[in-house]
Amino acid sequence: MHQEAAIREPLILGEKSYSQITDDVMASVVGKANRSWWIAIGIAAVMAAWGIGCILYLIGTGIGTWGLNKTVGWAWDITNFVWWVGIGHAGTLISAVLLLFRQKWRMAINRSAEAMTIFAVMMAAVWPGIHMGRIWLAYFVFPLPNQFGSLWVNFNSPLLWDVFAISTYFSVSLVFWYIGLIPDFATIRDKVTQVVPKKVYSLLAFGWTGNAKAWNRFEEISLVLAGLATPLVFSVHSIVSMDFATSVIPGWHTTIFPPYFVSGAVFSGFAMVQTLLIIMRKVMNLENYITIKHIEYMNIVIIVTGSIVGVAYLTELFISWYSGVEYEAYAFINRATGPYWWSYWAMMTCNVVSPQVFWFKKLRTSIGFTFFMSIIVNIGMWFERFVIIVTSLHRDYLPSSWTMFHPTFVDIGCFIGTIGIFFVLFLLFARFFPVLPLNELKTILKSSGEQYKNQPTTEEH
Amino acid sequence: MSNNKKYWKGVEELNDSPAFQKVKSQEFNEYLPAEDFLGDEGLLENSNTSRRDFLKYLGFGVTAASLAACEAPVNKVIPHVIKGDKTNPGVANYFATNYSDGFDYCDIVVKTREGRPIKIEGNKKSPLTNGAINARVNSSVLSLYDEKRYRAPQIGGEPTTWTKFNSTVKKELADVLAKGGKVRILTNTITSPSTKKLVGEFVAANPSADIKHVSYDAISASGMLEANKESFGVAVLPTYNLSKAKSIVSIGADFMNSFPSSLELTSQYAKGRKPENGWMSKHFQFEASLSLSGSNADVRMPMKPSEYGKTVVAIYNYLNGNKADAAPKVKMAAEHLLANKGASIVLCGSNDKNIQNVVIAINHMLGNYGKTINIDKSSFQRQAIDADVAGLVNELKGGTVDVLIVDGANPVYNMPTNMDFKGAMSKAKTSIVFASRPNETSVEAKMVGAAPHYLESWNDANAVAGHYSITQPSISPLFDTKQFQDCLISWMGMDGNYYDYIKATWSAVTFPMQSKTLLFEDFWNTTLEAGYFNGSAGEMAASTFTDNASFAVSAITKIKSSDLEIEFYSKVGIGNGNQSHNPWLQELPDPISKITWDNYIAMNPAEARENGFATEYGEQKDADTINITINGVTFENIPVVAQPGQAPGTLSLAVGYGQTIGKSNEVIGFNAYSAMKGMQNYSTDVSMEAAGDKYQIATTQTHQTVMGRTSVVRETTLDVYQTGVKDDFNPAHMLATHEGPMNINDVDLWAAHPVATAGHHWGMSIDLNSCIGCGSCVTSCNSENNVPVVGKDEIRRAREMHWMRIDRYFSSSPESVEDRNYGDMESPEDNPQVVHQPMMCQHCNHAPCETVCPVAATTHSNEGINQMTYNRCIGTRYCANNCPYKVRRFNWFNYMGYDKFADLNPSQDDLGRMVLNPDVTVRARGVMEKCSLCVQRIQTGKLDAKKESRPVMDGDIETACSSACPTNAITFGDYNDKSSKVLAASQSNRAYRVIEEVGTQSNVYYQTKVRNVEPNIA
Repeated sequence: MHQEAAIREPLILGEKSYSQITDDVMASVVGKANRSWWIAIGIAAVMAAWGIGCILYLIGTGIGTWGLNKTVGWAWDITNFVWWVGIGHAGTLISAVLLLFRQKWRMAINRSAEAMTIFAVMMAAVWPGIHMGRIWLAYFVFPLPNQFGSLWVNFNSPLLWDVFAISTYFSVSLVFWYIGLIPDFATIRDKVTQVVPKKVYSLLAFGWTGNAKAWNRFEEISLVLAGLATPLVFSVHSIVSMDFATSVIPGWHTTIFPPYFVSGAVFSGFAMVQTLLIIMRKVMNLENYITIKHIEYMNIVIIVTGSIVGVAYLTELFISWYSGVEYEAYAFINRATGPYWWSYWAMMTCNVVSPQVFWFKKLRTSIGFTFFMSIIVNIGMWFERFVIIVTSLHRDYLPSSWTMFHPTFVDIGCFIGTIGIFFVLFLLFARFFPVLPLNELKTILKSSGEQYKNQPTTEEH
Repeated sequence: MSNNKKYWKGVEELNDSPAFQKVKSQEFNEYLPAEDFLGDEGLLENSNTSRRDFLKYLGFGVTAASLAACEAPVNKVIPHVIKGDKTNPGVANYFATNYSDGFDYCDIVVKTREGRPIKIEGNKKSPLTNGAINARVNSSVLSLYDEKRYRAPQIGGEPTTWTKFNSTVKKELADVLAKGGKVRILTNTITSPSTKKLVGEFVAANPSADIKHVSYDAISASGMLEANKESFGVAVLPTYNLSKAKSIVSIGADFMNSFPSSLELTSQYAKGRKPENGWMSKHFQFEASLSLSGSNADVRMPMKPSEYGKTVVAIYNYLNGNKADAAPKVKMAAEHLLANKGASIVLCGSNDKNIQNVVIAINHMLGNYGKTINIDKSSFQRQAIDADVAGLVNELKGGTVDVLIVDGANPVYNMPTNMDFKGAMSKAKTSIVFASRPNETSVEAKMVGAAPHYLESWNDANAVAGHYSITQPSISPLFDTKQFQDCLISWMGMDGNYYDYIKATWSAVTFPMQSKTLLFEDFWNTTLEAGYFNGSAGEMAASTFTDNASFAVSAITKIKSSDLEIEFYSKVGIGNGNQSHNPWLQELPDPISKITWDNYIAMNPAEARENGFATEYGEQKDADTINITINGVTFENIPVVAQPGQAPGTLSLAVGYGQTIGKSNEVIGFNAYSAMKGMQNYSTDVSMEAAGDKYQIATTQTHQTVMGRTSVVRETTLDVYQTGVKDDFNPAHMLATHEGPMNINDVDLWAAHPVATAGHHWGMSIDLNSCIGCGSCVTSCNSENNVPVVGKDEIRRAREMHWMRIDRYFSSSPESVEDRNYGDMESPEDNPQVVHQPMMCQHCNHAPCETVCPVAATTHSNEGINQMTYNRCIGTRYCANNCPYKVRRFNWFNYMGYDKFADLNPSQDDLGRMVLNPDVTVRARGVMEKCSLCVQRIQTGKLDAKKESRPVMDGDIETACSSACPTNAITFGDYNDKSSKVLAASQSNRAYRVIEEVGTQSNVYYQTKVRNVEPNIA
């Protein structure tokens, strides 16, 4: 058995046995949904319905129902796209990268983080779809064989790279998440007694038997998928950033974008994980599994990535001056002092200044404060994308075409809608899926469980 | 109600003869031998029609009938029984004609496709207008397809037939003429010799009656006409030659827009603005509101409109040696005039004959008559004498006028409220108004003659002495319309129609002026083809001159100024307002303010700030409103716009707006005419107060300055240019590399497109020195390329669809980016210098848009054109974002069908759709579009050359914008044609490409603007 140093804090608190872990995780699946779940999903469903209505209106009437104009061709649509994709990154980072680095603390959070990834990527994928003027021709972006002669997609276009990056990322994440779910579905299948759920869970469990061979394969495939997913964590947001970096627009045309976007993505992703888990551990009584330690670890990731992002912001400013390019310099002066100064300073405050308070242990271990900060960071990261997209576009080369962007109710409605859909999906996940990898958690119970941790073992002698 | 009338089938029934009674009792008129046949048993027995035969015939009959029913469906394709001469599907026909509405005169060529006029261009061969055209003229084709047009004449507001209409008028006229009554004919300025002759004949035929023809110009030049009458004995306007004038001084004359014969002046002006010629005219402008002409001036001085007279006098005195009381800029102008005697022109826009008398005296003193001004070669483009118009109104008010006939004028709308034309007109016993669509005057008339559009009419014109032209129809009337002249012919009981009458007139008047053609028919046909005829005209000579200056000067000194004055001006798009229902013109941004769909009070920015009015407006920023009383007429909640260049203590308001009749959408703007007094284009009787409300204003450009970006706009002064050192005024972009500084064009990551050597390589060159910003290219592009009209609300969302726009930049006080004083650079100076820069797709050889489209919907052609494939476009808008010139336009809605645009976009009704160019796709919702460099014209040009087995010649192909440019600022051509003008222009030392350092390698070059000004005087 793997031994862990005594000074490491335990990852599972309380007097837990294997069956208790199973019961704790399954409580939500077999039990009745509580009142707060119904209220939450009710609100989320209303938001989702409103958003779907707005999206249908958008598709039925035209992109003109958004507030875009001749100069600002992208605004909330692509801001939301990048924001959601960014949020998705935490899940993959936690499950894949931390798996490769054998970070056991990931086990309490990776299932929900991955679920968050899947749903966030789904929400992200909505935006490039509905932002098209002619969504009914969206299949043009796929390199499909056709009868139009040599008609082919444009492989030079970063938007096409996005298509491949996002679809690859989504499929790998989905498979990875699902593979992890299989043993846990099997456990639920074995435990539930009602006929229909049993049938459903047995279908979902793919006939998992739990024998050694199966576990062996499970471990191997997890490792392989983690290996596949890890580069994707970096590639997806790098490619998303190239939508901007390869353009000629001052404020977009920046080589710093790929690393800066990836760290920003991890930053916002962890913040979203915090938002979700802090509520979930409370509502579902999972405080023993998702501990203050987990929250603290994630806050440390937030400080690190937030600081990287801060350095990137300052580098951009420096380079805009150092380059001597008039347009570049103006783009950044305009960001900070132009008509959108408030969004720039909202971004700066939320993303650079505020995470620094996590240097204080008291604050980074405070649940209430962490929750507050997670919201702040997500607001800040939304503003980061808004600043990059809108403030670069709205004043580019020819002053005659400078405009402002004024969002309409449809812009707002569609965004709220994706948040609604996301929460509906996540709440359904929390209700019907094992929110913790219960079988994996059992593997660390004996080494990192609180009641086992400080027991003297005979083998030592 | 019982009907007592009895109807007879014929005279027989009326007479009721016994023979008729006998016939009436029978079912059949003739005797039928049925009884003879059926009653004779033997005959029936012998007949060989058996039962079998009967069945056979029955069977055959049924089969034949059912076979007939199986006939193939009838295709309702109706071929030309006789195909029209040269009307081939897909091939355009061009007709030379002219536009003459009493405000603009232009020789034009009408392009028709499948019999429909779809485009109007200037007649390049015309010696008068030289192919120059403005937005009002080239948009007039849309008015032809106006849904709101009268479709039949009306009596008492009810549609009727022309027979009824004419017989009614004839009867009334006969009564009036018999008793020697008063008949008044009120028209806009008519230059047509035939119409004048016809009216003259009408007058002559009724010597006992009191018949008078009165000309009426909404924007009057009566002061000039009267001054010329006093000075030279004839109430005409002179013709000018600005191309020879080295010194141009304009005092309140917007000679590029609203001044009489503005098109001629505009094209002449550009000829004197070419620094390559070694000289350039120097243009001084003294004016209250920043006009189109003022925006192009080298030296501009804002002043109150009441001071125009004093300025004219100051110049006059200066020239006479009295140099005391002249402002520095006036002094400068006067000195420049003195230095260019005989090669200068002083123009004044005042409608005060005293001021015009002094202007004439100045020009006379300078020896300009006979050199740059010709009074003998008169212009007839304004004829209204204000006193005559006022006299007519008084006669009407007196109730003595029996018949009032109005043609081509809308006096109820554009006469001041205090003249009360509406009330006056109601006192005429009969009022007959000819109008093509309901207007304020026609709805008050007892009878309305539904007039055809000028593209459906025959007419002639004599705009300038010696220049005769024929107006010929290019389509037969769409509706049941008749011209006033045709009706008059019918009322006079003459034979034939107006067409015959014109021919007869020409045969008598113009045909004898020439000796080249022996037969009149030949003469007629050649003139019809050319559109004009150059008859005998006055020579350049100074007429006998009477100096009225001294009297006039003393009158001028009595002109009073006030603290607040207002100037009424006319906008480039709307002009005098007779096309204010034309959505292309409403959507055309004002060249100075860039505001569309409105008129407004323009105010000096400093004063606007003092009063706490918003100085930024457009998009979602609203303008503040005021209540203003001008000459006792109050406008409530009228928006105020801070207009750089507006003289302190003055306001200005455009005429032509606020028409209430015949609009489906809300009334656009405010009727400034109503507040005028005595046809004066300014007023000193103004009071205003803040109304505290907000007004939504739509502008296409919300940022006014160029932010010191010298690679966007390049300008220099004539002195610097003449040193010939290119680096001083048009430096190349150098890039610091490890090999030392390199020209930006030599550093490239990309392979060049193989267009430089093979086939064609299309491109364009735009001379910023020639471009005056008039917007003719914008509307020309709209009509060529089926650009949708989107309306005020969409423009407030910055979504206008114009492929071609004109960027207008005001100078700012810190000009250089070195200061990094961006805040101050954003606000224009109070009396700024102005640059107009036409901007459309630059057709970059290394186009940023092409690389980013995921579906390759925008690609480079092998002729150097950046092209859009509409049906491949999925509308990601990435291309528009990545376009450094922001020229791409997205179809935010289905403009052809969406309700929001039902009243705005003419293409939403069946009639308005007829103006669409069949060669250009109407774009679907969700698709990106932009300037195609008129690829359809390029294709036509190549095909025409191919048919004639010759290469495409330089100048064969013109884009819609280049052909519409009255100053020839835009040159289109083939860079691979080594002799092409566009290649030469692109290699000139003034040539640069906008933001060349981005490396887009665009195919559109601009020529640096050169100002004839000393650096320290702005």
